[in-house]
Amino acid sequence: MIEVKNISKSFEGTTVLHDISTTFERGKTNLIIGQSGSGKTVFMKCCIGLYDVDQGEVDFDGRRFSNISDKKRKQIRQEMGVLFQGGALFDSFTVEENVMFPLNMLTEMSLEEKHERVNFVLEHVNLVNTNKKYPAELSGGMIKRVAIARAISLMPKYLFADEPNSGLDPKTAEKIDELLSELTKKFNMTTVINTHDMNSVLTIGEKICFINHGKLCWEGNKDEVLTTDKKQLNEFVFANEFTRRLRK
Amino acid sequence: MKILYQIGEYVLLILQAFKKPDKGYVFRRQLMFDFQRLGTESIGIVAIISIFTGAIIAIQMAYNTDSPFIPKSTIGFSTRQMLVLEISPTIVSMILAGKVGSRIASEIGTMRISEQIDALRVMGINPANYLILPKITAAMIYNPILIIFSIFLGVIGGWIAGMVTGLVPSADYLLGIREWFDPFTITYALIKTVVFAFIITSVSAYKGYYVKGGSVEVGQASTDAVVASSILIIFFDLILTQLLLT
Repeated sequence: MIEVKNISKSFEGTTVLHDISTTFERGKTNLIIGQSGSGKTVFMKCCIGLYDVDQGEVDFDGRRFSNISDKKRKQIRQEMGVLFQGGALFDSFTVEENVMFPLNMLTEMSLEEKHERVNFVLEHVNLVNTNKKYPAELSGGMIKRVAIARAISLMPKYLFADEPNSGLDPKTAEKIDELLSELTKKFNMTTVINTHDMNSVLTIGEKICFINHGKLCWEGNKDEVLTTDKKQLNEFVFANEFTRRLRK
Repeated sequence: MKILYQIGEYVLLILQAFKKPDKGYVFRRQLMFDFQRLGTESIGIVAIISIFTGAIIAIQMAYNTDSPFIPKSTIGFSTRQMLVLEISPTIVSMILAGKVGSRIASEIGTMRISEQIDALRVMGINPANYLILPKITAAMIYNPILIIFSIFLGVIGGWIAGMVTGLVPSADYLLGIREWFDPFTITYALIKTVVFAFIITSVSAYKGYYVKGGSVEVGQASTDAVVASSILIIFFDLILTQLLLT
């Protein structure tokens, strides 16, 4: 379980996150939703330690993670997989080398074991015969899937994904959502996903946190999100024709 | 104040880079990769620049020493001295600052804006150590080899130019390049080269590492890296010359 306790973050005098507290349970797909610029990415970067929080703390299964030295963070980081918005694959590496990278750097596995693991995770993200391709040769959806494969190659306890289906067509976006949800169940991970895609919210949102102007405004699940009377959330959820029709 | 902040940031980055690599074999692989990209791939430009510079120096020396009181061997001697003392270590290093420095700054800068450096950090890997240390090490080992190569080709270039133009007889030139040779000048050239290699790679890596924004900023960082490296090379050239030759 990940516990976020009263975190705040400012940049040059502008407060981006105000006193946010929540918990993310193991085996669940937790979604952070909110408009662009609401503070979702900053929130996630605080959770994964790319930003130090000004106040509060983030605990991973009772172990403090925020505002401690990089050395102490290392152990928890090795239990964490992160999927960045653009994939963040290493351009000069092939798919196989990208997925193998954390194994090379952080484990003592033999080459054979590493190959086995790479093929295992690539199979799980439905990528075959792409091992020797470079990121530049892949489609957007494939890049996301390779990034997921790299994120789960160490069999992490915690998986973070920042807008995993941004820039993808609806069908591919849905596949990525399904994949993340499936992997969460299969590997019993605590998954936290940043999104503003309502389709993701309604299909995989077991827990949903709505962030508005840096504040946590609402928490619930995919069934409750359509029936809440919270004004700001309604404005976000029913901002498009599809969800407005759904409400009717 | 900004310059002090940048110096502090640079020093902290270099301290991060100079930590023990997490995996020795990964470091060695990266080092080989950087030998290839920063060193071997620069051989062509170093060769062209050196041959032509040597030839130009020899012709200019012939023009400037055209007197019956000055022996022709002076042309060979002067060409060698200029190449060893200044042209090869400093000018070739400045050319490498343009080629290698811009490459390092743009590569690391692109990794920064495409979140690849963040990806390394969240994996618990020290990005400065993984990305920068092999580049600094590769340049500090390979650049002296390039500079020796440059001196050799420069001297050959001067010899060819002297023969082709008929300005310097071959025997006089060959005598000149062997006259009053002080081996310390080579040591001096190599010390300068190692210092310049460190400047080129570390300053360029710093400029790329802290890029914020997009492709325009990466381009700017690349330009800044070349400008800053060139200025620092000239500045340290003066300091090292004062320290080592006086």
